[in-house]
Amino acid sequence: MTASCEKQIACEEGLFGGIDVGSCTTKAVIIDGTGAMLGASVGFTGTDFQKAADEIWDRCLREAKVRKPYIKAIVSTGYGRNSVSFAAAHFTEISCHGRGCLHFFDGPITVIDIGGQDNKIIKLDDRGQRISFKMNRKCAAGTGAFLEEMALRLRLPLGDLNRLAQDADGEVSLGSYCTVFSATEVLEKIKAGHPVNRIVKGLFRSVLKRILEMDTLTDTIVITGGVIQHNPFLSEMLRDHTDNPICVPEHPQVIGALGAALYASTVLCEDT
Amino acid sequence: MASGRDANRKTINATTEMKKLMASHFTELAEAKRKGQPKVAWCTSVGPAELLHAMGFLVYYPENHGALLGATRMATEYIPIANAVGYSPEICSYLTADVGAYLKGFTPLTKAYGITGLPRADILVYNTNQCRDVQDWFAFYAREWKVPLIGIHTHRNIKEVKDYHISDLAEQMRAMIPVLEQVSGNRFDMDRLRQTVALSLECTKLWRQVLECGAAKPAPITFFDATVHMAPAVVLRGLPQAIDYYKLLLRELEDRIKNGVAAVEGERHRLYWDGMPIWGKLRELSQQFISLKANIVASTYCSSWIFDAFDPLQPFESMARAYTELFIVRDESYKETYMDEWIKSFSIDGIIFHDARTCPNNSNSRYGMPQRISERLRLPVLVINGDLNDLRCYSEEQTRTNIEAFIEQLNEKRSY
Repeated sequence: MTASCEKQIACEEGLFGGIDVGSCTTKAVIIDGTGAMLGASVGFTGTDFQKAADEIWDRCLREAKVRKPYIKAIVSTGYGRNSVSFAAAHFTEISCHGRGCLHFFDGPITVIDIGGQDNKIIKLDDRGQRISFKMNRKCAAGTGAFLEEMALRLRLPLGDLNRLAQDADGEVSLGSYCTVFSATEVLEKIKAGHPVNRIVKGLFRSVLKRILEMDTLTDTIVITGGVIQHNPFLSEMLRDHTDNPICVPEHPQVIGALGAALYASTVLCEDT
Repeated sequence: MASGRDANRKTINATTEMKKLMASHFTELAEAKRKGQPKVAWCTSVGPAELLHAMGFLVYYPENHGALLGATRMATEYIPIANAVGYSPEICSYLTADVGAYLKGFTPLTKAYGITGLPRADILVYNTNQCRDVQDWFAFYAREWKVPLIGIHTHRNIKEVKDYHISDLAEQMRAMIPVLEQVSGNRFDMDRLRQTVALSLECTKLWRQVLECGAAKPAPITFFDATVHMAPAVVLRGLPQAIDYYKLLLRELEDRIKNGVAAVEGERHRLYWDGMPIWGKLRELSQQFISLKANIVASTYCSSWIFDAFDPLQPFESMARAYTELFIVRDESYKETYMDEWIKSFSIDGIIFHDARTCPNNSNSRYGMPQRISERLRLPVLVINGDLNDLRCYSEEQTRTNIEAFIEQLNEKRSY
């Protein structure tokens, strides 16, 4: 057997982990050598990145029914990627979201990741190579943090937003691109007697507007991140703005962690 | 994939000499204020310094002071002081940091050189080629100290420099002479002006050679080194000390090239930086690029202190041309052609645009230029949001992630 054959078998038989320590939530994924997902877990990041990484990773092992020694390599990503002591390497969330999406869809694609504190638009060409990426500016308007803030102002559980937007028979227009100014606008709309579901749909539109002003949307659009996982109606609303195909992978919240796990399998194969 | 965060910059030996030069410059200014002679002129960075030197003034550059406030991370503390007296957080943060520090009686010159306060201006001389903010900045001090404020108004956003631009500016400079004579107590001497222009020309030629060392592979100097070592080209232009210094620096860089010494060990990517430095983050950014094996080998900012047009035979006209040919004065099409040339001759792999919140004139990413250059040269671009001085406009982690992701993109591109 040649060395490259042995390496191939090692890659296929091994298991790999990816852990995405985001600003709001930490996600972990375990895959086998073919890229099939064996387990995934999500939990709040909190203030201690390493602790969150340890806990979510242990939970993911239990979910996948896998013991630690079987994991050949782990890659970290996300805001806290440098805080994961057990990761063999780290990549940015931009690379990992792109890599994760390519697992499900062929290029060219435009990835929209709506995260807790930042949004990303990542463009990949027909070979899957990244052409460009954009992150939102310092302001968190249009991100998950924006929706959290607004839910708080409206005294609504976060989990109700998607249903409310979906049930709305219209929407209010919110003009500001500043979270604080938007909050003031929302108060004005409440005072003016607008139904809350129309306000929520207006907030969803505001999220989309912030994304649309970041970059052009070309080719097939793939949406990832926790916001789309919990608010899938956003992808339907995006259809008002583009004729391009719009896809949402299964488990969109863990695509970054999946991308990291896929990199882990590459790292092992490159390093052995 | 990123490597560790810790990485050390390679020290340029000539730095010791530069520090002595800068100390001597500021000590001389302080001494002049103590004695009352020679008179001190404040000048904008590409103002008519040659004329001021020729008139016997010692020349002080507030923009250098603004950068010092940024580099020492004091700017963000003093900017709000200026905001509170009516200077908006949206205008030049050199201005707001400098005015705020003045209002609180602070200067980083005290810690650096033992100087108790700013060398007060006997006259303030601006050139609007950088922006209008410099005029308003100097006007603050003119009101504060009741000293003369004069300046030249450069034509802006021009594609080609025309004769009427030159004759107008040259005339504006000549018109300053009576006031300068009155304040300095010296008569204008054309021969002295010619000598000063000759010194500026020699300085600028050497500075160009220093920057062109960056074209070597591997490059012996980084953008971050250059932002520090450009100080003599900014504050000692027109003086022989600057020339001696750049000869010394050039020898060291040429030695590095001869011996294959890289400023960034294992240089893998060569980048171009457009826009202002983020003064308070030079060290962190420099270390990040070193750890990523990427070197910013050329920049618009540092090359903006190359003035090829100086000509001792036509001092006024050549000064006017030098101050007008400047990148910042030109229109988008000129700027793009200029950048294309540097990018091609320095074998650039990717371009970083710094969009400085308070410096629109030095932020070239706002009218679609990154997209046009990227498409034309088929090079990846990254726009980072920040500021020259106001770190309230800067997100450390977001910038770090953007840069890391950009280098990952370059790595990926290379592997194809």
